[in-house]
Amino acid sequence: MIYKVISKEEFSRFVDALIRENCSYGPREVDTDRHGNPVYQFRRVHSADEVAFDYTATHSSAKHLMLPYREELSRFRFSEGDWEQDIEYRVKPRLLVGLRPCDISALNILDDVLLNGKFPSPYYLAQRKNTFIIGMDHLPLPDCFCQSLNHHTVTKGFNLFCSDIGDSYYLSVNSSKALTYLKNFAIGDPTHEDDCRLIERRKLIKQSFQTEVEVTGLPSFLDIEFDSPIWQKWGDKCLNCGTCAMVCPTCYCYDTSERIDTDLEGASRQKQLYSCNLVDFAEVAGGHNFRPGNGDRLKYRYYHHYRGFAENANQQICVGCNRCGRACLADINPKDVINDLRMEKESCMICVSPSPPRT
Amino acid sequence: MHDMRFTIPPQDINKEHFAEEVADFNRKSALMQTDRGYKCRITNIVDLTGQEKLFQLRIVNPEERRLFTFLPGQFLMLEVPGYGQIPISISSSTNNQEFIELCIRRAGRVTSALFQAGEGAMVAIRGPFGSSFPMHEMSGSNVILVAGGLGIAPLRAPLYWINEHRDRYRNVHLLYGTKEPSQMLFTYQFEEWKKVNHIDLHTIVEEPGPQWEGRTGMITELLQDIDIDADNTYAIVCGPPVMFKFVCNRLEREGIPMNRMFVSLERRMHCGMGKCCRCMVGTTFTCVDGPVFDYWSVMNLQEAI
Repeated sequence: MIYKVISKEEFSRFVDALIRENCSYGPREVDTDRHGNPVYQFRRVHSADEVAFDYTATHSSAKHLMLPYREELSRFRFSEGDWEQDIEYRVKPRLLVGLRPCDISALNILDDVLLNGKFPSPYYLAQRKNTFIIGMDHLPLPDCFCQSLNHHTVTKGFNLFCSDIGDSYYLSVNSSKALTYLKNFAIGDPTHEDDCRLIERRKLIKQSFQTEVEVTGLPSFLDIEFDSPIWQKWGDKCLNCGTCAMVCPTCYCYDTSERIDTDLEGASRQKQLYSCNLVDFAEVAGGHNFRPGNGDRLKYRYYHHYRGFAENANQQICVGCNRCGRACLADINPKDVINDLRMEKESCMICVSPSPPRT
Repeated sequence: MHDMRFTIPPQDINKEHFAEEVADFNRKSALMQTDRGYKCRITNIVDLTGQEKLFQLRIVNPEERRLFTFLPGQFLMLEVPGYGQIPISISSSTNNQEFIELCIRRAGRVTSALFQAGEGAMVAIRGPFGSSFPMHEMSGSNVILVAGGLGIAPLRAPLYWINEHRDRYRNVHLLYGTKEPSQMLFTYQFEEWKKVNHIDLHTIVEEPGPQWEGRTGMITELLQDIDIDADNTYAIVCGPPVMFKFVCNRLEREGIPMNRMFVSLERRMHCGMGKCCRCMVGTTFTCVDGPVFDYWSVMNLQEAI
């Protein structure tokens, strides 16, 4: 990693040059919500002016640029009682500008899941390798809790990361490609003063978090609380709509389907993102459903995010962006569910073994 | 006005060096694409009952046929182009390189399409996937195979293995129960297994018809008929989820340690590679860590059975 400093005007010239030359995506204001607040999403941008650099948070995550909602896995061409299978991975190079640290962390988690192990996914690999990522730090929203999960900073998974230090950006350059592009612009080495301003900035971000979720020891809590009535309580609220998984930056479960073309000459095998809250998620042929209740499915989602993955890859899959909490139609958010679970456990502990009286 | 200096160069994962990371997906073959299957021809179809058929598949490409080897208990993803992919456990002998046998019940969209297909139809398989029964560990011991209904299908591979290496195993019991006598599968092989391979075969049905002369009741009752040497016995249990608990608890009472009982779980699957998460049980993927688990692991997996 190399560190450089660039003035904000020069930075927007740099980004503009990259955006104009490549297929680029960035945060854009696409609508306003019912309170009149702007709604941001990652969309195609054609110049730096279109990018809302000071956006709060996008409703959907940047996951969809790597894992599209619907993606063709392969095609079949039918001929005289036989068929041929075609698979294509080719992806155009893309520029992704304005990602927040938690979004980049989410991509790193997806890398762990989808590129490691016995069966790396070439579909994801093709998208990931062809994406140039420029990250930017930000002050957290009141309901962000990425600091609790240590995802408020990021050290890998991007090409360039910008920290706002007043009139200029402190750049973490993480690829030689990025440095090559930057060399065409006025960049400087960070001075001692810049370093201090960066540290100040980090301190400010750290202090700005208003929401905290205690995740220490959560895996064992979840294990002990497997039969807790809490799950039924939250499950009764859940509408099984699957919105939380759609906006989540790390949910990657999917469903595959095949359909024959209308001309009967071929067929397409597609995958679409799915949600473990949907009723038929664990239903097998013959009609048996391994998770028939709302509470079972909600519990499974929390298990996968905070327990299951912790065991498999030694980290929790949640990055703490609270997109699911914001998008939920039934007002379910991870902070409340986890706190509820902890409270129940801790109040139980008190009734069994009261803490020693203070002296 | 284009400034080529700022164009991001494309990376073709088919050509560049990191493609090699992907290449080991199938461990043996040079297949790079995780969604590419081996093309197979359906060479024979045996009607077993009204609901189940035994499909015999032969991999078309001789090179791929040589590469496709599996262990007893593993499964494959069967692709019916245009309809979908389903996980099916392999019910043929691991020694048989010529064809693969799959015992399939008509249950959903893909299997219905498959049941309409005739001999000579082209399908594809991916795999093999998952864990297997520890046949080497079992050698020198008694083996009890307990099958309920369609659960005989995954047990056929270990049964073939035992028959081919019969001198390595001591007493082998096969306990097989179905709901009705007409649902009993592979009845034409019973005599061969009993007489040629010296398998101690017991059958039972829950709802006997007028023709049935055998035993009637739950499968656990068959366990009373056999002598179990708890210190030197392995058990393989396969059937509907509700059966696992009853049979395994019963075997545990007989004194068989939990880590010597093996069960084969079934779940919905879309990939077989631990990516779609549909088969996840708690923290475990049925497709990668399973489908064969010892009873101790399954006991520790909440929601598993």
